[in-house]
Amino acid sequence: MASDSIALNVINQDTRPIGDRLHDWVVTVDHKKLGILYILYGLVFLIIGGIEATIMRIQLVVPHNHFVSPEVFNRMFTMHGTTMIFFVIMPILFGFGTYLIPLMIGTRDMAFPRLNAFSFWLTAFGGLLLYFSFIGGNGLYGAGNAPDVGWFAYAPLTSRAFSIGHSTDFWTLGLLVSGFGSIGTAVNFIATILCMRCPGMTLGKMPLLAWLYLIVGGMVILAISPLTAAQLMLSVDRYLGGHFFDTQAGGSAVLWMHFFWIFGHPEVYILVVPAFAFASEIIPVFSRKPIFGYPVMVAATVCIGFISFSVWAHHMFTVGMSSYGNTFFTVTTMIIAVPTGIKIFNWIGTMWGGKIQFKAPMLFCIGFLFQFLIAGLTGIMMAASPFDWQLGNSYFVVAHFHYVIVGGILFTVFGAFYYWFPKMSGRMYSETLAKWHFWLFLIGFHLTFDFMHIPGILGMPRRIYTYEPGRGWGIWNMIVSIGVVFQIAGILVFVFNLLQSLVKGEPAGGDPWDAWTLEWSTNSPPPEYNFARIPVVQSRRPLWDIKHPEDPDWKYE
Amino acid sequence: MSYLAYENKSGSVPIAGVLLLFAVVLFAGGQCSAASGPAIPNIFKPESTPADSIYGLSLLVLAVTGFIFVIVFCLIAYAIAKFRKRSNDEPEPPQVYGSNQIELAWTVIPVLIVLVLFMATARVIHAIEDAPVPKRALEVTVIGHQFWWEFRYPSLGIVAANELHVPVSDPSHPTPTFLTLLSADTDHSFWVPRLAGKTDLIPNRVNKMWIDPHDVGVYVGQCAQYCGMQHAKMLLRVYVDSPERFEQWVEEEKEPARTSDAANEGRRIFETTACINCHTISGTVADGRFGPDLTHLMSRETIASGAATNTPENLKTWIQDPDAIKPGSLMPAMKLGDHDLNALTAYLQTLR
Amino acid sequence: MRSAAITRTSIEPEWVLPSRGRVGMFSLIAAEAAVFTIFVVAYIFYVGKSVSGPTPKDVLELPIVGTVCLLSSSVTIHLAVRALRNSKLTVFGVWWFVTIVLGAIFLIGTGMEWRHLIFDDGVTVNTNLFGTTYYSLVGLHAFHVTVGLIVLILGMIFFLLGEIKPEHSQRAEIFSLYWHFVDVVWIVVFTVVYIVGR
Repeated sequence: MASDSIALNVINQDTRPIGDRLHDWVVTVDHKKLGILYILYGLVFLIIGGIEATIMRIQLVVPHNHFVSPEVFNRMFTMHGTTMIFFVIMPILFGFGTYLIPLMIGTRDMAFPRLNAFSFWLTAFGGLLLYFSFIGGNGLYGAGNAPDVGWFAYAPLTSRAFSIGHSTDFWTLGLLVSGFGSIGTAVNFIATILCMRCPGMTLGKMPLLAWLYLIVGGMVILAISPLTAAQLMLSVDRYLGGHFFDTQAGGSAVLWMHFFWIFGHPEVYILVVPAFAFASEIIPVFSRKPIFGYPVMVAATVCIGFISFSVWAHHMFTVGMSSYGNTFFTVTTMIIAVPTGIKIFNWIGTMWGGKIQFKAPMLFCIGFLFQFLIAGLTGIMMAASPFDWQLGNSYFVVAHFHYVIVGGILFTVFGAFYYWFPKMSGRMYSETLAKWHFWLFLIGFHLTFDFMHIPGILGMPRRIYTYEPGRGWGIWNMIVSIGVVFQIAGILVFVFNLLQSLVKGEPAGGDPWDAWTLEWSTNSPPPEYNFARIPVVQSRRPLWDIKHPEDPDWKYE
Repeated sequence: MSYLAYENKSGSVPIAGVLLLFAVVLFAGGQCSAASGPAIPNIFKPESTPADSIYGLSLLVLAVTGFIFVIVFCLIAYAIAKFRKRSNDEPEPPQVYGSNQIELAWTVIPVLIVLVLFMATARVIHAIEDAPVPKRALEVTVIGHQFWWEFRYPSLGIVAANELHVPVSDPSHPTPTFLTLLSADTDHSFWVPRLAGKTDLIPNRVNKMWIDPHDVGVYVGQCAQYCGMQHAKMLLRVYVDSPERFEQWVEEEKEPARTSDAANEGRRIFETTACINCHTISGTVADGRFGPDLTHLMSRETIASGAATNTPENLKTWIQDPDAIKPGSLMPAMKLGDHDLNALTAYLQTLR
Repeated sequence: MRSAAITRTSIEPEWVLPSRGRVGMFSLIAAEAAVFTIFVVAYIFYVGKSVSGPTPKDVLELPIVGTVCLLSSSVTIHLAVRALRNSKLTVFGVWWFVTIVLGAIFLIGTGMEWRHLIFDDGVTVNTNLFGTTYYSLVGLHAFHVTVGLIVLILGMIFFLLGEIKPEHSQRAEIFSLYWHFVDVVWIVVFTVVYIVGR
C-alpha cells in the first residue's frame, strides 16, 4: 500500500519515559493530539454524567423513593445536563473536528495551533471549575454543594436570594470559561477551513464534514456569544448587586429565558450538525456510493443554521407569549423540519442502490437514522405550540431531547469513534465487541427513552425528585430505569473494547475502510506533519479518483 | 484483519427489533389513554375545552407524523434489507451523485405538510389564547409560592390554598374559570393535564389561562416549572363542583374562622408563636401571607400542597418537623412540647 | 503508484486562499458583535423600566469630546497602517501614537463621567436597572477600548525598539479591524445610551 508520508507504515512505538510523553501531551499544539485530548476529556465526563443519570434513575425507580435527598437530586439533574452538553458532547465533537479537519482538507495543522491548545485548556478548566463546586460551592464546610438551578438556570432561581453560597457562581464561571474556549475553537475551524485547504479543493470539493463544521463554527460564534453575554450579566447580578434578572427591582425573568434560548436552540444544532457530518462521511463509505445530493446537503445545513436562530422561543411556549408570538415560533420551528427531513432523505438516497456493509460505524449510523427520524417527529409535535402547552416541561420533552442527543448525536459519535479509531490509534477495534456494544446500547436506549415519553403524556413533569403513587407513572419509570442497566453494559463493552484494542488490536494500515477522503491517504496514526507532500485534489473523493482512474469523480462534478 | 472479516448475516434483525419496540410503544400509548379515574392525569383524556382543542390538534399531528414515520421507516428498512453487500468480491455499485427532481419532490412535499400543520395549529392557538372572557366567568388569581399555591377569588372575597374549587361548566351554559397567574418568588407552572395546557407563573409578570371543566370531580396536576428544592411536592388539586356544591363551598369560605371555647388554648398558642408571621386566620391577629391561609384548613383534604392527607397525625408531624413530609419546605419546625402540640392541633381541627 | 495523482504534479493555476488572520479577526468580531447585541438589547429592553430614579435624563450628558476622539482614532490608525504598508516608519509611529492618545482621552472621559455619576449623582450598578444596564454596556465597551489600547501600546513599544517593519503591516491592519469595530460599537452605544435611551 503506497503511502504519501515519509514515515514507515508501522505503529510508532514511543520509548521515552512516561513523564516526557505526558509532557508532550500537555504542551502540544498538534491538532491530532489536541483532538484526542478533547475526545478523552469528553469520554471521562461521559462516565461522570452517566453516573449522575444513573443516580437519578435509581431514585425514580419507584414512587416516594428515598435513595437521595431532593437537594442531591436537583444537583444531579443540573450537573448531568450541564456536563453532557458542555463537557461531553461539545468536547467530543470539537475533538473530532480538530482531529479531522486538517487531515480532510489536506493541510498540516489548524490555522492557529496555539489558539487551538488554548481553547482546549479553557474548556478543560471550565469543566474542572464546574466540578470544583462539589468541594468549593459551600466554602468547604458541610457536604458538597454543586449547582442545583437546572441546566438552563432560570431567573430568579439563580439570584442571590434563592441560590445562596457559590454553587451557581461555579456554574456561571465554568460555562463562561469553556464558552471562550468554544469560541476560540470555532474561530479556528472557520479560519482553517476557509484558508488552509489543499490546492484544488474549492469550497464545492470539500468533504461534507468540512462544510458542516464550517457552518457549526459560524453557529458557535453567533450562539455561544449570547450565552457569554447572559452569563456576564448574571455575574454582574450576583457579584456587583445588579438587577438584570432581579424581579424585585423591575428586572425580567423572561429576558433570561430569551437570552438563554437564543443560545440554547442553536446549540442543539451545533451539537447535531457534526453528527450529520459523521453520518455524511460514514454512510457513503459503507454504502459504497458517494453522498446523494451533495449541494443540497450543504444548502440544507446552511438553511438549518440560519433558521435555528429564529426558533428559540419554542422553548418558551408556556411563558404566556401572545398568540402572534406563539404562531411565529410555531411556523419557524416547523419549517426547520424541512431541511432536516431533506438530509434524512439524502442519506437514504445514499444507501439506495448501494452495497451496504454492516460494520459497527454503519450500524450506529442506521440507528441514528431511525432515532433521529423519531426525534424529529416528536419535535414536530411540540412545535405545534398548543400541544407543547401539554407536553412542554414534561417527561415527554425529556424523552424527545434525549432521542436527539443520545439517539441521534451519541449514536453517530460512537459510529465516528469506530470509524476513525483505526486512523487515530493505528489499530483495529474488535468488531464483535463493537456489535455487542451496539445491540446492548440500542436495547438500553429504547427501553429507557421510548418508554420515557409515556409518563410525560400522563402528566409527569421533569425535574421532580419523587412522585406520587397512583398516578400510573410507576411502571413506566421502572422500565425506563431498567434500560439504564443495558446502556451501562454497552458503555462498559465500549470502554473495554477501546482499551483492549489500543494494546492488542491488529495494525489497521492507512486505509482500512477503502474510503475516499484525504485522511485515509496518510499513515495510521498520521505523522505529526500529516502529509509529506501537500496533496492536490480534483474532486470531492480524491482517493476514489486514484483507485478508479478509469471512472474518476471529477468527470461528473 | 480477522475483525474485518466478520460480516453481519442478519441485516433484518435491526428492522424486526425496532419494529417490535415500536409496537410495544404504540400499545403502551393505547394503554395510557385507556387509563382513567380523576387521580390519573392524562393529556389524552380532556375534560375541558382548552385541553379538548389541544387533544383534537394532537390527533391530527399524531396522524401526520405517524404517516411520515411509516413511510420513512419503510424506506430505511427496505434500503438496509435490499441493498446489503452479499459477498466481498462484488464490484462497486453504480455511483449516483444525486437527482434534482427527487430533491425537489422531497422539499416541496414536506413544505406542504408543514403548511397544513401550521394552519391547524394557528387556529387552535388563537381559539385558546384569544378566547373572550364571558360575563359569567369566574375570576381567580393564582399565586405561586415556594412550594404551594395561593388562590384568591377577588369577586368573592375568598382566599384558599392548594385546592382550587371551580364550578362545573355546562357546555350549553358555560361558566368558565379564568385564572390570573402570578408568582411571589421563582418561576412556577400551572398544569392540570386533563383541564388545560400549562402556563407559567413568573414573578413580575401577569399571565392568563382558562378552564371550563365539563365534569365534576377532582383533577390532579402539579407545578411544571422547576422552582426550587421541593418542586416535586408542589402538587395541585382542582375540585370541580356542581353549581350547588360550589355555592355552598363559597358560603362556607366566606365565613370567618369558627371559635370554640374548647380550642381556646390552641388558639392562644397559635397567636403567640411564629405561626402568625406566615399564616392568616381571619378573625384572629394572624395575618401573615408567606404561608397558606388557614381560616378553613379543615375544608381541605390535603396539607403541605398535597404532599400529605389532612389527618391530625399528619398535621402534628407537619408542625413539628415539616422536613419529614417535605424536605426543603419553607415552613420552620415549630418544636412544640407534646401538650402544646396537641392543643394546637385541636385548635386547627376546629377550622372548618 | 497510487499517490501520484494527489501530489502536485502539474502546473495548476495559482491557489489563493483568504488570509487566516483576517478571517480569524472577522470571526472574532462577529462573536463580539453578538455579545454586544445582547447587552444592547438588554439596555433597550430596560429603558424606562427602573422602579426608582435617577433616570438617564437626570444624570447623563453627551460625551462629545470622547466620541470625537474615538471616532477620529479610526482615521489615524488607518493612516498609520497605510504608512507602514508604504514603509514610512516615522509616519507610522506618529499616527500610531496619536491613536493611542485619542483612545486614552476617550477612556479618561469615560472615567470622569463615571466618577461624576458615582460620587455626585450616586448612581452605581445596584442603584436601579438604569445603573445596572448602563455600567454593563458602557463598561463592556470601555473594556474593549482598554484591550485595544494595551495592544496599541505594545505596538508602540515594539516600534520604539525598532522591531516594527513594513512586513508587519498585515498584522497592524488586522488589529486595526478590531479597533474599527470598537469604534462602530461606540456609535451604537452612543446612539442607544445617550440619544434613544435619554
